[in-house]
Amino acid sequence: MTPASAAAHAAPATGTILKLDDVSLSFGGIKAVQGVTFDIRPSEIRAIIGPNGAGKSSVLNIINGFYRPQRGTITFKGRARSYMSPYEAARGGVARTFQNIALFKGMTTLDNILSGRLLKVRSSVFEQALQVGRAVREELDQRQHVERILDFLEIEHIRKTPVGQLPYGLQKRVELGRALAMEPDLLLLDEPMAGMNLEEKEDMCRFILDVREEFGAAIALIEHDIGVVMDLSDRIAVLEYGRLIADGAPEQVRNDPAVIAAYLGAKR
Amino acid sequence: MFYRDSGLIKTTYKADRAIFPVDQDRWAIVALVGLAFLVPAVASEYWLSSILIPFFIFSVAAIGLNILVGYAGLLSLGTGGFMAVGAFAAYNFAIRIPELNIIVVLILAGLVSAGVGIIFGLPSLRIKGFYLAVATLASQFFIEWLFVRVPWFTNYSTSGVISAPAVQIFGYDMSGAAQRYLIVLAMTVAVAVTAKNMVRSAIGRSWMAIRDMDVAAEIIGVRPLRTKLVAFAVSSFYCGLAGAMWVFFYIGTVEPQAFDLNRSFQILFMVIIGGLGTIVGCFFGAAFVILLPILLDNLFALLGTGGHADLLSHAQMAIYGALIIILLIKEPHGMAKMWQIFRQRMRIWPFPY
Repeated sequence: MTPASAAAHAAPATGTILKLDDVSLSFGGIKAVQGVTFDIRPSEIRAIIGPNGAGKSSVLNIINGFYRPQRGTITFKGRARSYMSPYEAARGGVARTFQNIALFKGMTTLDNILSGRLLKVRSSVFEQALQVGRAVREELDQRQHVERILDFLEIEHIRKTPVGQLPYGLQKRVELGRALAMEPDLLLLDEPMAGMNLEEKEDMCRFILDVREEFGAAIALIEHDIGVVMDLSDRIAVLEYGRLIADGAPEQVRNDPAVIAAYLGAKR
Repeated sequence: MFYRDSGLIKTTYKADRAIFPVDQDRWAIVALVGLAFLVPAVASEYWLSSILIPFFIFSVAAIGLNILVGYAGLLSLGTGGFMAVGAFAAYNFAIRIPELNIIVVLILAGLVSAGVGIIFGLPSLRIKGFYLAVATLASQFFIEWLFVRVPWFTNYSTSGVISAPAVQIFGYDMSGAAQRYLIVLAMTVAVAVTAKNMVRSAIGRSWMAIRDMDVAAEIIGVRPLRTKLVAFAVSSFYCGLAGAMWVFFYIGTVEPQAFDLNRSFQILFMVIIGGLGTIVGCFFGAAFVILLPILLDNLFALLGTGGHADLLSHAQMAIYGALIIILLIKEPHGMAKMWQIFRQRMRIWPFPY
């Protein structure tokens, strides 16, 4: 890692990198998110859990600009706004993986991860067409960076394979690689372990912990495997029907009566 | 057996991302291009003017369309229109500013065509797939109509069919078949190299990202409108260049009818038959569409008509159609994919694996 980018990652360990304040989103009569307030601190693993349809993915979609909330403010890196476009979010260092893998199927692993660095490209289309000036140098720098990610995720052997031909577990890893290539400050992972077997889950947990360790990114994680969530996260936010019903450290959330009621059902 | 890549170990990323990473491939292509430049020494006037020049011009147009359809995933039926813009722009530059060098004229014509491409590419932000194809169809009809109806573009010629002015480069007359062939070949090589460079660089990756999954492309910071418009601009630049070369080096006349909807379809077929999303496929596709009918024609002439001339010419079209269908069933990814599989086999030939 270059000194400059290392400095960028060493954001102050205190304070918040992202704060949602009283954010609401509805689709017609369906209130997907209602007055949710929560924050993410630099370099923390922040889980968002809740039953199906609780609004977890909607929260991630608000953070990276797919949805425009009707109410509330989003404060990212100290700047408050009511809506952050996908481009602004990407520029600001928000990267993301999807629940149903959203890779570029026709491209190789290498090209997919390289595409995560498109925002770093400074050379013009003309320089690229003629392969002069910054274009060549930049391309080789990008490649070097991507090779480190391939090495980190242990997927060097598939670098020239079109991702459409890869098994599911590896595709999930490539998608994480693409997100890491953006050198994110905030990484949104939407069910990174859905549909994986135990071994693949263990690998993915290891990668998530290592990502925080090596890249220093804050991670917002949606996951249904409660064991994994309890082990990995620093703090957990629990959503039900678009409302935040609990927020805190794993032990605290585990014993919260509202959470137990939401997950197991309770006599009313 | 002779063609091996085992033992070829790349020690730099630069060597690994070369266009032809295998040495044999690189020598073969250098030899091929070298031979292509020597062709005028042996080929007849007919071969140069009626077969090779149109083949290269169509290849350039196919590369242009393939960038749009194959790489950026934007289906277009406006290729003929963009070629017409290039053709008329080149003609107008040449007669209104006669002191311009022909190369400058060609590039200016490409730039005008790129500008028109950007304008007609604007709807692509909102519409995709077949709907976009219909929108580009509108551009095809509009451009054809414009050149037929507005006499300024044809320099107030009464017939609508006008001759291109004679071409000179630094005082040398370029009207001979060999000279025209060489300049078309040089332009084609330049187009193929720049196109290949773009698709293996950042801009190519943003095109393919938009093509494969536009939502994911947005979250990595690709701006859809800008990326699509660049694709339209580059594609129209090459198509315009092909149209300009058509006028100056192939037909010698400028007429809107040469760039009608059939032309758009013809080039789209080249791209599909050759292979979407490949540069080499554009040459295969152009060869299939342009050269195969000529080959069949000569083959039938060799057999003799036997007094059934019209029957034979129909049989010829039936064979041509059948070949297209067989090819697309056998390999839906086009001739470029067949070529890739063939090379894969040759690596281990004569062993089965």
